[in-house]
Amino acid sequence: MSVATRADFHRPAAVGEAVRLLAEHPEAVPVAGGTDLMVAVNYRHARPEAMLDLTGLAELRDWTDEGDAVRIGSGVPYARITAELATVLPALAAAARTVGSPQIRNRGTLGGNLATASPAGDGHPPLLATGATVEIASTSGTRTVPIGEFYLGPKRSALGPGELITAVTVPKAAGPQQFLKVGTRNAMVIAVCSFALALDPDARRLGTGIGSAGPVPLTAPDAEALDLPWSSPGRFDDALAAEFGRRVAAAARPIDDVRGTADYRRHALAVCAARALRRVWTTAHDRSPR
Amino acid sequence: MRVTLHVDGAELAAEIDRPGESLLSTLRDRLGLTGSKNACEQGECGSCTVLLDGAPVCACLVATAQCEGREVKTVVGAVPRPVRDAFVQCGAVQCGFCTPGLLVSVADLLERDPDPGDAAIREALAGNLCRCTGYEKIIDAVHTAAATLAGERP
Repeated sequence: MSVATRADFHRPAAVGEAVRLLAEHPEAVPVAGGTDLMVAVNYRHARPEAMLDLTGLAELRDWTDEGDAVRIGSGVPYARITAELATVLPALAAAARTVGSPQIRNRGTLGGNLATASPAGDGHPPLLATGATVEIASTSGTRTVPIGEFYLGPKRSALGPGELITAVTVPKAAGPQQFLKVGTRNAMVIAVCSFALALDPDARRLGTGIGSAGPVPLTAPDAEALDLPWSSPGRFDDALAAEFGRRVAAAARPIDDVRGTADYRRHALAVCAARALRRVWTTAHDRSPR
Repeated sequence: MRVTLHVDGAELAAEIDRPGESLLSTLRDRLGLTGSKNACEQGECGSCTVLLDGAPVCACLVATAQCEGREVKTVVGAVPRPVRDAFVQCGAVQCGFCTPGLLVSVADLLERDPDPGDAAIREALAGNLCRCTGYEKIIDAVHTAAATLAGERP
């Protein structure tokens, strides 16, 4: 059992205890890696009178192989996603590698990315492109939310009061995947825009995810529906890639802000999406010996 | 609230009065351990980098109350002598403010990768900002430290 000795800092040892504490102490702010919350605390934007530490919950801090998917505990830091899941979840691992810096990736978690629900969070586009599901616990039990229904607005999500994100289940890659992110350098950058693409050559399916170019992370259904030469892959050309890019850009709903203009974001998304499609298509269909 | 933690090998206790107090504040303001520097307080600059249970983190983003019973190593306890010497020898220190954080990150890198290439060094140090050196001499120092440490191994 836990050492819930301090009235203002709760240290549960199990998820059941954590959700009970959260129900009893609705003022307690959950904290895992602290990479969002502690910035707000340090700058006096938040003054939590109580906090609920999630880092002691061993059941949140591991991932498990579920056969055709990987269930990632919400407390697994990005560094481990990059180091341990790059083969089975290449887009998510690539996105994790672009988060912050090594110090941030050792602390920041996918659960925190979801709970914060910033449209610029790097974890979101790969989760959308692969059709992940979010597992949420409360004293009422556990529910599962498809990722497409999770994001409700800027920093607003389906996560309700008294609820904790416990895991994210991500289907294993069925083909090549890409994650591209635009920013001023390769580290410590909040995305100007980002794009994830998952190709499933057998199911003849594309999955898309757009980050930092709308009030919520978005998919591009029209781009996913693009008619591609699945039966004769050699007929794929730059015009198709460019059309894919246009459809992705059209799905975005960007604004002008300090990181970039709406016009630039649409332009950059079109370039990234076309590039991503060329890369996954070539990787999937290039059977020539290397 | 009393928190007991291990810092550079010593067991220390700190009395904190709000749940959101950062490990950096506790180290500097309550324990008088000023090796870890306070610059941005938002995880951008890496000046406060410490090893928490062996992993480099920004002490400003860790709540002290999360550190009960855990092991913290600052620049004082985390850095092998050859890493420090290489920084001096190569001119990798100018104003020195970023240096403690960089030393901790370099110590961690060389622990994991004894002979890193430039790309690996740049990626590992991406979270440590230096506004003086232009980084080239820091990268020289990492190579120099790696060579010295390799020479010391049996």
